[in-house]
Amino acid sequence: MMIDLYVFGDSLLHRTRPVVKIVALVIVCTSLFTVEGWPSISIAGILVISGFALAGLKPRHALASLRPAGWILIAIFAVQIFIADILFASFVVARFIVLILAAALVTLTTKTSEFVDGIRSALMYAPEWVPKDQIALAVSLCLRFIPLVRSVLDEVRQAQRARGLERNLTALLVPLVVRTLKTADQVSEAIYSRSFD
Amino acid sequence: MNVSVEKSGVFVLKNINARISERRIGVIGRNGSGKSTFARLFNGIETPTSGTISLNGSSEKKALRRHVGFVFQNPDNQIVYPIVAEDLAFGLKNLMLSKSETSDRIDEVLHRFDLTHLRNRFTHQLSGGEKQMIALAGVLVMRPRMIVFDEPTTLLDLWNKRKFMAALDELEQCIVVVSHDLDLIVEFDRILHFEDGTIVGDGSPAPIVSGYIESLQ
Repeated sequence: MMIDLYVFGDSLLHRTRPVVKIVALVIVCTSLFTVEGWPSISIAGILVISGFALAGLKPRHALASLRPAGWILIAIFAVQIFIADILFASFVVARFIVLILAAALVTLTTKTSEFVDGIRSALMYAPEWVPKDQIALAVSLCLRFIPLVRSVLDEVRQAQRARGLERNLTALLVPLVVRTLKTADQVSEAIYSRSFD
Repeated sequence: MNVSVEKSGVFVLKNINARISERRIGVIGRNGSGKSTFARLFNGIETPTSGTISLNGSSEKKALRRHVGFVFQNPDNQIVYPIVAEDLAFGLKNLMLSKSETSDRIDEVLHRFDLTHLRNRFTHQLSGGEKQMIALAGVLVMRPRMIVFDEPTTLLDLWNKRKFMAALDELEQCIVVVSHDLDLIVEFDRILHFEDGTIVGDGSPAPIVSGYIESLQ
C-alpha cells in the first residue's frame, strides 16, 4: 500500500504556515523527552488527536502512519518489558506513537512544496554558507521518493523471486542500492535541467 | 561547434559541428553511438571537453538551461514533487515567477493537453503515459525555445505513444528527438545519424533512415 503523503483539505491546520507547524512539531517532540511522565504524553496525545480531528483526518490515516513502525514498536515493547516492566514499556511505546502521529499530522496537512518553503523560512537566519535551498529540496525529495524506492524494492523482490533468490538479502539489497543511486543521479540531472541552481 | 566529449579517456563525441535551424530534428544511431550525449549538450547537462554550444549567440550554461527544455526517457526520474501542480510549479519557482503567474501557466499547459483533471493528483499514482505527459508539461510550462527528448516513447504502450506523438506535432518550438523508434521521427524535417561519436548521416529522413537500416544489416 502506498503512503498518502498529503491529504487535501482546507482546515485551519492545512492553512497554517508550514514553518509554524514545523516549529510546533519540534517543541512537542522535545517536550515529550524533556518533560518525563504520563501527563506530558497525555497532553501531547490529546493535542495530536484534536489536530487530526481539526484537519478532517480519519483514523485510517493515523493507522497508515503507524503501520510501517508496527514491528519496531512491538520490538521496543518486548525489550522494555524484559529490561524494565510493562508500565515503562507502555510509556516508551506510547511516547513513540504520539511522536509518529505528530509528525504525520504535519506531513499529511502540508504539501511538499509548502514544506520546502517552511524549511527555507526556518533556515532564514542560518549563516550564509548553509545551502538553504539544497537542504529544503533534499528533505522534499526524501518524501517524494518513498513510494519510488518502495516500487523499486517490489520490482527487485519479484525479479529475485523468479530466480529463486527471495531469501537472499544480498540479491535484494545490491540491485536496490544500485538502482536507487542511479535514479538519484538521473533525478539530480533532471532537477538541474529545470533551472535549479 | 567543434564539440568533443571525452569520458574516462574515451571520446564519446568527436568534433561535432551542427547548426540546428529546422523545427523538428530526429537523432538516430546504435546504443553507445553518442546520440544521447549529443542531446544532453543542448541543455547543459553534459559539458563538452572542447568546443562550444550556443543558442542564439549565447553559450552561457544558465541561458541554455533556461531556454532549452529536456524530457527524459523515464518520467519517474524527472518528476520532483508528489502532486502534479506542485511539480509543474517547480521549474517556475526557479524562474522566480509570481504565484498568480505560476498558477496561470500551470492551468494553461494542463488545459492545452487536456490534463486539467490531473492537477491535484499524486504523481506516483499516474499511469506511464500520464507521467510522460506531465514531464512534458513540466518543461512546456517554462516556455522554452527548444525542447530535447531522449527516447521519450520507450516506456509507452502504443496508445500512449500515439498520444505523445500527437502532442509533439502540436509543439511550436524547435524539437530534437533522440529515438530508436523510427516511426516517431520519419516525418521530421531533418535526421542526424550517429556512429562511434560522429555524425555519419545528416539530411532528410528517407535517405538517412534507409542508410541507417542498411548499416544495421
